[in-house]
Amino acid sequence: MPPANYTEAFKDIPGTVVFDATQSRLGYHLNMFCMSLMKAENRAAFKADERAYLQKFPMTGDQREAVIARDYNRMIALGGNIYFLAKIGATDGFSFQNLASKMTGVPEDEYKAMMIAGGRPAQGNRSKTDRSK
Amino acid sequence: MARITAGVATSHIPAVGAAIDLGKTHEPYWQPVFAGYEFSKRWIAEHKPDVVILVYNDHASAFSLEVIPTFAIGCAESFAPADEGWGPRPVPVVEGHPELAWHIAQSTILDEFDMTIVNRMDVDHGLTVPMSLMFGQPQAWPCKVIPLAVNVVQYPPPSGNRCWNLGKAIRKAVASFDRDLNVMVWGTGGMSHQLQGPRAGLINKEFDTRFLDRLTTDPEDLAQLPHLEYVREAGSEGIELVMWLIMRGALAAEAREVYRFYHVPASNTAVGHIIFENPH
Repeated sequence: MPPANYTEAFKDIPGTVVFDATQSRLGYHLNMFCMSLMKAENRAAFKADERAYLQKFPMTGDQREAVIARDYNRMIALGGNIYFLAKIGATDGFSFQNLASKMTGVPEDEYKAMMIAGGRPAQGNRSKTDRSK
Repeated sequence: MARITAGVATSHIPAVGAAIDLGKTHEPYWQPVFAGYEFSKRWIAEHKPDVVILVYNDHASAFSLEVIPTFAIGCAESFAPADEGWGPRPVPVVEGHPELAWHIAQSTILDEFDMTIVNRMDVDHGLTVPMSLMFGQPQAWPCKVIPLAVNVVQYPPPSGNRCWNLGKAIRKAVASFDRDLNVMVWGTGGMSHQLQGPRAGLINKEFDTRFLDRLTTDPEDLAQLPHLEYVREAGSEGIELVMWLIMRGALAAEAREVYRFYHVPASNTAVGHIIFENPH
């Protein structure tokens, strides 16, 4: 058996959603929609009419709206996993850094500059309960 | 008999593959990354593996959420590069070694590792980027490859200790294969990086450096590190580093570190790379 607090313990990490059983169940159809974008003809169909294409998957209305809005943090909250969601970014022709700039709410240039300067430090980003860590 | 002669670990960042495929390796941003692999290309040309057991994770390419194997070993004759959303990478098809792969599957299952046997699987950047970094851009890859896909997407992934022990079981399996083969084990992924959410861009050089040090000197103790510490210290995708322990477990305790490279950043990620040679 996993320790009782195995899943709970991750929730102390700021700005991070661990793709556990709960998220996986919540996001199954959203993530399977993303999987469908691995085929060129599906990418074309999605681009031609996003709403119609999304209707093919039994996702929630909130999930569909988050996809249309390209709100990646919302998609993650609704069970999306970043490796799956990245296929939406690839379909749009965006790099991972572009998605990261969207999720962190800073312009892409600023995000890139942060990475070149050594990335986001762990210091202060380890624990919600103790931001001094 | 077959023997494991060396281990390699490297990050498998997709943007690195794109830089190679689009001819950008000499651009100022990318040059320091590729310079770090010049030694490795010379080294591997000298050491010529017959087979590489390549430990990597699939990134929702071959495995969706329909089937999620913890450890999956590729036993096919060949593996095609996957279309990850922008078309397959223009790299050669990966030739397998079904005979050794099946032998390892049988041996590790009898050693109580519940391996998933895969006879059809496309391989994504997790496998092909390390091949490009080590071998460049040949018309055909110069060795056979046994893909070993580890789940690090759906929680819980295997523990570091489980990975370490699987490495040891692979060592035993290879040693009992009755063919004269030079086998390497590669561990890929990492180092510190987080691709999701407001904490994206996390890099932890201190953690990464300590990880490399401990991988060399006290890997058995490193294998006890809990998942929580990987995610907290090395970012949500830093969990990929558990796969490096399979490589290290497959080597002798006294394996020698012959090369190390570390660079920040490549896209969102800290590039880490280390080479070990087993004693002769």
